[in-house]
Amino acid sequence: MQASETKAIEVTDLTVAYQDQPVLWDVDLDVPPGVLLSIVGPNGAGKTTLIKAILGLVRPAAGNVLIYGKSYEAQRRIVGYVPQRGSVDWDFPTNVLDVVMMGRYGALGWVRRPGKQERELAMNALEKVGMEAYTNRQISQLSGGQQQRVFLARALVQDATVYLMDEPFQGVDATTERAIVTLLQEFREKGKTVVVVHHDLQTVTDYFDWVMLLNIRRIASGPVDETFTPENLRTTYGGRVAFMTK
Amino acid sequence: MENLSILTHLDYTLMIVAIGAALLGAVSGTLGTYAVLRRQSLLGDAISHAALPGIAIAFLLTGSKTPLILVIGAAIAGWLGTLLILSIIRLTRIKYDSALGIVLSTFFGFGLVLHTLIQRTGNANQAGLDTFLFGQAATILESDVLTIGILGGIAIVIMLVFWKELKVLVFDEGFAASLGFPIRALDILLTSLLVIAIVLGLQAVGAVLMSAMLVAPAVAARQWTNKLSVMMFLAACFGALAGVSGTIISSSASRIPTGPTIVLCATVVVGFSIAFAPNRGLLWDWFRHQRNKHNLKMTASNLLKQPQRGSE
Repeated sequence: MQASETKAIEVTDLTVAYQDQPVLWDVDLDVPPGVLLSIVGPNGAGKTTLIKAILGLVRPAAGNVLIYGKSYEAQRRIVGYVPQRGSVDWDFPTNVLDVVMMGRYGALGWVRRPGKQERELAMNALEKVGMEAYTNRQISQLSGGQQQRVFLARALVQDATVYLMDEPFQGVDATTERAIVTLLQEFREKGKTVVVVHHDLQTVTDYFDWVMLLNIRRIASGPVDETFTPENLRTTYGGRVAFMTK
Repeated sequence: MENLSILTHLDYTLMIVAIGAALLGAVSGTLGTYAVLRRQSLLGDAISHAALPGIAIAFLLTGSKTPLILVIGAAIAGWLGTLLILSIIRLTRIKYDSALGIVLSTFFGFGLVLHTLIQRTGNANQAGLDTFLFGQAATILESDVLTIGILGGIAIVIMLVFWKELKVLVFDEGFAASLGFPIRALDILLTSLLVIAIVLGLQAVGAVLMSAMLVAPAVAARQWTNKLSVMMFLAACFGALAGVSGTIISSSASRIPTGPTIVLCATVVVGFSIAFAPNRGLLWDWFRHQRNKHNLKMTASNLLKQPQRGSE
């Protein structure tokens, strides 16, 4: 009991299946607080599903998820979520500020509308991600990198302790990549825990201090220097990827 | 004297009908906005077709042609049809479009069978049920206007109360769920509001074309604005405009069904918006393209001149 309270995220025996096809099989994951963890694995390894299962967005066939020792439902307010950029319709009729303020909807609760305070928080967050010039921009006019930064700003205003991000580096420009990395480091300094689904194996050692290798089963997880080894990578990717760790 | 009283009577009837059609257009335009943004345009079609057997059953059970009773029957059937579609998608491997097709045709077929049976019985009361197929706005009475106003008003108020929740649901369902909003309940709420808008319109527009009243005003409105609230307001205005003009045109000539006329009026608004709206319109696109081409040519010719100047 004591031990589980000191873990930011604790996943035990998690199995998720779509129809009869297992997507995650008996996965365990312990994430200590204040860690930047990347989840890597081939396509179809269940990375997104793992994040969604932690957030209660997909129902597991078996297993348990705890955030700081309690269920996600109890800890919702301290968890922030950045979905895949491609999961929404960017032609939706709204502007940047409006999307960022959605990050406050959970704290606002039912029916109450965002006001001056929410607007200020959103402006601050947009400044942090270098998007303050785009406050009133229609979201369909944003580049991919700008869309990603809007999503990050929305997560920022959630002011969470634990963040789950689904492919934030996917298809973004260099400016955005730097902005995300700066933000991640800031999160770490503040003791926040961040779990990132990541595709680019080259940058794992530079950006993250923990890594989880996933391919339906958990292959390994732990500090990058111990875990991110050629053997583990070979097991994860089935020897299809020739790769140097450093 | 007699002529005069007929005239005022006609005007009064037309006014009631026009008010009813305007309210109807406004309600379906407003609620149709979310249907269009969620890419559920065809769901409206399925609901309106699924409502048909409800009207027949309500008539068979009560023997009454009171619009409110028939509307309640339509609402129950439409709602059941929608729940069936959502359950089919969730519980089976059948995809969304197939589920829509199955439910739409089954319910509609069942409705047609029941209508034929009712007609065979030779019940003197049966005349008028046909209006629910193609719509006959001329049958709108004061009491119908009241029904449309009250039920439509309630639907819009509910939508405004849950504005923030419905907006985040439609824009980013996964994120809304992670915030703790019960997305399945909100989904059912939004669909139920859609059902209300549809069954209110059945009498005037008819089951066959009702979905156009949801889709057309919203599609036209999207052309003119990038703001959800403005889009919804414009859709309401366009819907009302189509409703009124369609009603007036169809009642000026005898035996023109109102539904198709209203839909044609809405189509004119859509066509105009697609062609002429700033930023998203076709004409605007053409101008922008021409301007870009011109600018590009200028830049290119300047670039070509520069090295020549340098070599002199």
